[in-house]
Amino acid sequence: MISVEVMKKIKSYSTVGAGAVGRRRRRALRLVSLIGAPVALPAAILALVFISTGHADSIERQLPASGGFAAKMQYCEDCHGPSGQGYRGFFPIPRLAGQQTEYFENQLRAFVERRRPNNIMANVAHVLSPSMITALAKHFRSLNPSPLGGAPRHLVATGRKIFEDGVPDANVAACAACHGPDATGHGQIPRLAGQLYPYLVKALSNWGKERGQLPGHPDTSFIMAPVAHSLKRPEIEAVAAYLSNVK
Amino acid sequence: MRQTSLKIAALAIVSVTASIASARAESLIIRNCTWCHGSSAQGYTPAPRLAGQHVAYTESQLLSFRTHVRDNPFSKQYMWGAAANLSPQTVHALATYFAALPAEAANDGDRELRAIGRTIYQQGLPDANIAACAACHGPRGEGVATIPRLGGLAYTYLKRRLQQWGEGYHAAARPPMPRIARKLSGAQIEALASYLSFVK
Repeated sequence: MISVEVMKKIKSYSTVGAGAVGRRRRRALRLVSLIGAPVALPAAILALVFISTGHADSIERQLPASGGFAAKMQYCEDCHGPSGQGYRGFFPIPRLAGQQTEYFENQLRAFVERRRPNNIMANVAHVLSPSMITALAKHFRSLNPSPLGGAPRHLVATGRKIFEDGVPDANVAACAACHGPDATGHGQIPRLAGQLYPYLVKALSNWGKERGQLPGHPDTSFIMAPVAHSLKRPEIEAVAAYLSNVK
Repeated sequence: MRQTSLKIAALAIVSVTASIASARAESLIIRNCTWCHGSSAQGYTPAPRLAGQHVAYTESQLLSFRTHVRDNPFSKQYMWGAAANLSPQTVHALATYFAALPAEAANDGDRELRAIGRTIYQQGLPDANIAACAACHGPRGEGVATIPRLGGLAYTYLKRRLQQWGEGYHAAARPPMPRIARKLSGAQIEALASYLSFVK
């Protein structure tokens, strides 16, 4: 920033008086300015640089949103839908409503640690304090809007069978065994009931590329890897269609 | 020989005239739009570019003009009347026609603000609770279904829409747009509109 001396000098140019006093001042200023010029110019350039980056700062970093939790929760809902029911954006944005708190918190940490690569969510998650994460998890756990729906209906019956019985020929266990008969999950195992159809399809189809991606830091997602790998695409679509309608 | 060439000439004149006449009749409906939206539907202030826009989005906007849900001043002044008597078939035909036209980027934003606009668009501003536009509108502003393509729309149009949602005008779109736009500062709006105007 500009030094006090330079600031005073800049100010003094505009306040030089008239008459004898003024003449003395102007003579003094001329001497000072000769000495000061090499300092003033770089200082002025520096000032311009700081001012312009300050402008950029003000665009990028507004004051933190007022309202704390309420504002942050609404911000989640901006993408994840009213009451966290999910939203079909360009990317399928998953339902948060009713989600297990342990799973919820683990995913936010996974985004930050890049175990689950997702630029948008990494950005969202890295500014959240632990207490904010816990509060958000608890809040969304308590919500229960109707499923968003929209999956192909003709797949639901097949999907239900896969969910309840698995695919024995492919060594795929029944989903219900871990995710619960009502697909509400437990602890670290996520709720699947009412989850978005395109989101489930994407997750199961890309499991090996989306989860547990930090080398040397395996996480609980490894449990699903063989399941996702063994399911064929039609089976994935069927079970996703079934789950997307479960209340 | 002369008679044959005369007959050929007559046939040629008649067929050309007939095709011009039918083309003129077909284009009358489109011309109601291109008066304001530009002869190649690229937009003409204040009317936005229609070329390359998603069918479902264009249809939803035409419906919202008819139902008066979309109530910003230019919509009220021009589009309420323009959309008032369109049948669903015409709406679909228009939307499909415009969706297929090649879209050009407006390139009329502030170049200095592009980088900041890109940051806001792609990553959002989590400290300010501003969502990344890319999550719904796509990483290249391409949009999907009823979510509009934003890439290459005019700076003034984008800026005006974002400002208007903050001022309380209703979105035909889903609820979050007004709430999201209200959080944006004037400088952020200008940055976003600038960045998007250059996106192909």
